[in-house]
Amino acid sequence: MANDREVLREIWDGKLPICFQLAQEEIMEIQQPDPFYVMVPRLSYFPLVTDKMKRHFLRFISQENSDSEMWLDYNGQPLKWHYPIGFLYDLYCGNDSQLPWNLTVHFTKFPEDILLHCPNKDVVEAHYMSTVKEADVLKHRGQVMSTMQKKDHNQLWLGLQNDKFDQFWAINRRLMESHGDNEGFKHIPVKMYSDDGICHQRLVIPKNSDGTRKTLQQMILELYPDKPDLNLRTHGIVIPPETPLQWLSEHLSYPDNFLHLCLC
Amino acid sequence: MSDDKQEDVQHTDLSSATESLKIDGDHKENGDSGKSDKVKIDILLKATGNAPIMKKKKWAVDAEKQIGWIMEFVKKYLKLEPDEKLFLYVNQTFAPSPDQIVRNLYECFGTDGKLVLHYCKSQAWG
Repeated sequence: MANDREVLREIWDGKLPICFQLAQEEIMEIQQPDPFYVMVPRLSYFPLVTDKMKRHFLRFISQENSDSEMWLDYNGQPLKWHYPIGFLYDLYCGNDSQLPWNLTVHFTKFPEDILLHCPNKDVVEAHYMSTVKEADVLKHRGQVMSTMQKKDHNQLWLGLQNDKFDQFWAINRRLMESHGDNEGFKHIPVKMYSDDGICHQRLVIPKNSDGTRKTLQQMILELYPDKPDLNLRTHGIVIPPETPLQWLSEHLSYPDNFLHLCLC
Repeated sequence: MSDDKQEDVQHTDLSSATESLKIDGDHKENGDSGKSDKVKIDILLKATGNAPIMKKKKWAVDAEKQIGWIMEFVKKYLKLEPDEKLFLYVNQTFAPSPDQIVRNLYECFGTDGKLVLHYCKSQAWG
C-alpha cells in the first residue's frame, strides 16, 4: 500500500514553470506577442493545461491556421502530449536543468511522423485510461480496473484533470494494493527511456528469487548487465539505487500508474 | 509456430505486401534477448466484434515496429476505407499507444512465443 502520504503529496504538488513562445515564422502581426508564462503540474499532460496559452497566441497567427492543431517543441524536439509533462522535462532537461522551461508553440507543419494527433481532451482521457488498465494488468492481472465502476474511472481522470489529490487518491489507492498472500504486485509497471526517447518496457518482478525485496539497483543489473553504474531519474530526482521497487511503484508512479524512468 | 505459415511483412510498401504476400520460411528467434534490428516477433491477429477476419492471422514483424504501423497494415489488408476506424487490444483489455513498440508488448504480454492482438472496428474494451 502507498502509505507514505507526505511523499505522495510532494510528488503530486511538483510543478514546472514554463515559458511558451510562438514560433517566429508563425507570427503574422507587426506587434510581437508576449511570451506566456505558467506554472504547470508535473503530473499533468500538455493538452490539459494549454487552453489559455493557445488563446493568447491565436490572434497573432494567420487566420487560416487558427483551426489547425497546436504542437510544442523544446529545442527543435517535438513534445509528445501523451507523456506526462514532468517526464518530458526530465527526459530532455534532466542533465541540464534550466528554468523556466522554454518551449516553442506551433500551429503549422505538424510533425506527423513523430506526434500523435490530439483533437480534444477525450483522446487524452482514452490514452490515460488505457495506460492505467495496462498497468493494472501487470500488477493485478487487470482485476482492479475491471471490478471498478465507470464512475470510479471517471473520478481518477477528473482528479488528475482538476488537480484534486484527495479525489484521485481515493480511487488510486485501490490500484496500489497488493493482492493475495503476496506483499507486492505481480509485476511492476515501469517504462525506461534512453535520452533519445526510446522506451524500454520489460517484465519486472518486485521480489528476488529468495523472497527479498528487489531494489532499483538489482533491476538495473538484471536489465542492463553491462551498465551497472546507470542512474535513473524521475520527478526531477535521481533515485537512490537501494530503493525497493515495490515502494517506488506505489509512491513515485505517475497517475497513469507507470514508473517513467529516464536513464542517466 | 508451426500451426500456420509465416508471412514476413517487409517494412516498406504495405499495399504491395498485402497484394503479393511473401512467404518467409526463415523462422527467427523470438526476440527475448536479441539486440539486432533483424529480430522478428510473431503476432497473432484476431478479429472481434464486427471486424472481418484475416485469412492469414499469424505474421512475423520487426520487433522495433510501432503498433500504429500494424494498425495501418491491418486496415490495408482488410481494405478498410481511410475514414474507417480500427482498434487494437492487448489481453482483450487495453489499447496500446500507436507509438508503442511491438517488442515492449511482446516482452510484457507475449504468451507461447507470440503476441496476441485483437482488432475491431469499434471500441471493444474501452
